[in-house]
Amino acid sequence: MSVHPEVIRLLIFLVGIIAFAALNAAYLVWLERKEAGHIQRRIGPKEVGPFGLLQPLADGIKLMTKQLIVPAGVDPVLFRIAPILVMIPAIMGFVTIPFSETLVARNLDIGLLAVFAFASVNVLGLLMGAWGSRNKYAVISAARVVSQNVAYEIPMLVTVVSLVMVSHTMNLTKIVGQQLGGFWHWNIFNFAASPLMPVAFLIFFVCMLAETNRAPFDMAEAESELIAGAFTEYPGMGFGVFFMAEYANIVIGCSMATILFLGGWDCPFGLYPGVHWFLLKMYFLIFTVIWIRWTYPRTTFYGLLNLSWKILIPISFVNLLLTSAMLKVF
Amino acid sequence: MIGYLKEIFSGTWSLFVGLGITIKYFFKPVVTVQYPREVLPMTPRFRGHIELTRDPETGGDKCIVCGMCQKACPSNCITVVGDKVEGAKKKALSRYILDFTKCSLCGLCVESCPADAITFSKDYNLAGPSREAYIFDLKKRLEERKG
Repeated sequence: MSVHPEVIRLLIFLVGIIAFAALNAAYLVWLERKEAGHIQRRIGPKEVGPFGLLQPLADGIKLMTKQLIVPAGVDPVLFRIAPILVMIPAIMGFVTIPFSETLVARNLDIGLLAVFAFASVNVLGLLMGAWGSRNKYAVISAARVVSQNVAYEIPMLVTVVSLVMVSHTMNLTKIVGQQLGGFWHWNIFNFAASPLMPVAFLIFFVCMLAETNRAPFDMAEAESELIAGAFTEYPGMGFGVFFMAEYANIVIGCSMATILFLGGWDCPFGLYPGVHWFLLKMYFLIFTVIWIRWTYPRTTFYGLLNLSWKILIPISFVNLLLTSAMLKVF
Repeated sequence: MIGYLKEIFSGTWSLFVGLGITIKYFFKPVVTVQYPREVLPMTPRFRGHIELTRDPETGGDKCIVCGMCQKACPSNCITVVGDKVEGAKKKALSRYILDFTKCSLCGLCVESCPADAITFSKDYNLAGPSREAYIFDLKKRLEERKG
């Protein structure tokens, strides 16, 4: 009996991606708590295992042993499919991400488009879960999530469009391929294409924070105002799945920032390019995301929308115009 | 237009300043004390319940059984009992009963003592199952501290 090698490859990548997403979700919670602790000069988790390293395991077991209650009055269909609808796009996003030149599950020519298409389904899942919960806090959270995601998708995609114009391709492997050979080739320092490239990176990063509902834009689960926002009515692992999807989305967002702006698996000094450089850059960005969360207080909702419509969108359009003008002239 | 750009620049700059402050704290040593495993030394002016001071020459107490502390106590929580010892001139302390349930840690007893026989202890780990657990015999506690 012979199995087609493509099937084996598919299975290995499927298991690998799910394992990567789950492991990241578990240990990013640990990193978040440790980092929050040290920023506040505390220790963070330390009792379960050395340096609290078994804490995510204990948390996972706790969540899984809880009873899965479906509250009376919720929409039974929406309530049940919402966590799945949040989790699946988060996993699917990993399919086209090239971790190194060879380590990519599916090297699509429209990889960039695929990632952003899957990422935008996330908000639909949150909306369904919140609406289906029949809880006033969840509904407020849903309204916030939708307007926030609509507002921040625009500057993000406009920035990405200017990047696509520079690289002439949507294939993520090719985009990284153009940036190889030292940090001065990376898109963030590609001043020949547009002098505003570092600003574009900043816009992308801020929009990524808002898209993944991270602080200071965590309007969706503003725990001091809305309990847990969209997840208020979810018990046990239902809540856990939302949480895992949130962290998976952060990983995807940081991976995209690494691929589009920071040269993917390229070494800044041209030494041994490989998957380790990709992971190093990605985890540095994730560290920054957590660092930002424990530095800034939550913005007001008007501040959030003003930032997008009055600052990020105009600047990203200026960047788009400048990039196209530069492309035409040079 | 200039004001708009200026606001963006100063706003962005202030965000980076904030990040700088938190990362500085991130690399500073933690200040948490793991209490049951680590214990900080008590401050010198901490007022615990009173205890008898040790006489370095005899190893016993310095009390002369004058009863000044008992008179000074506004809550009547001190009872000093002394015995005549054969051959000695002075009375010797046999029991020093402190009812800590009534004590307000005012320190008048410590101030009034002419022989510096009592002082504040640094004992803050007090727990007991009953009221009676807080009626201390300080003489006995002094002897127990020897070991």
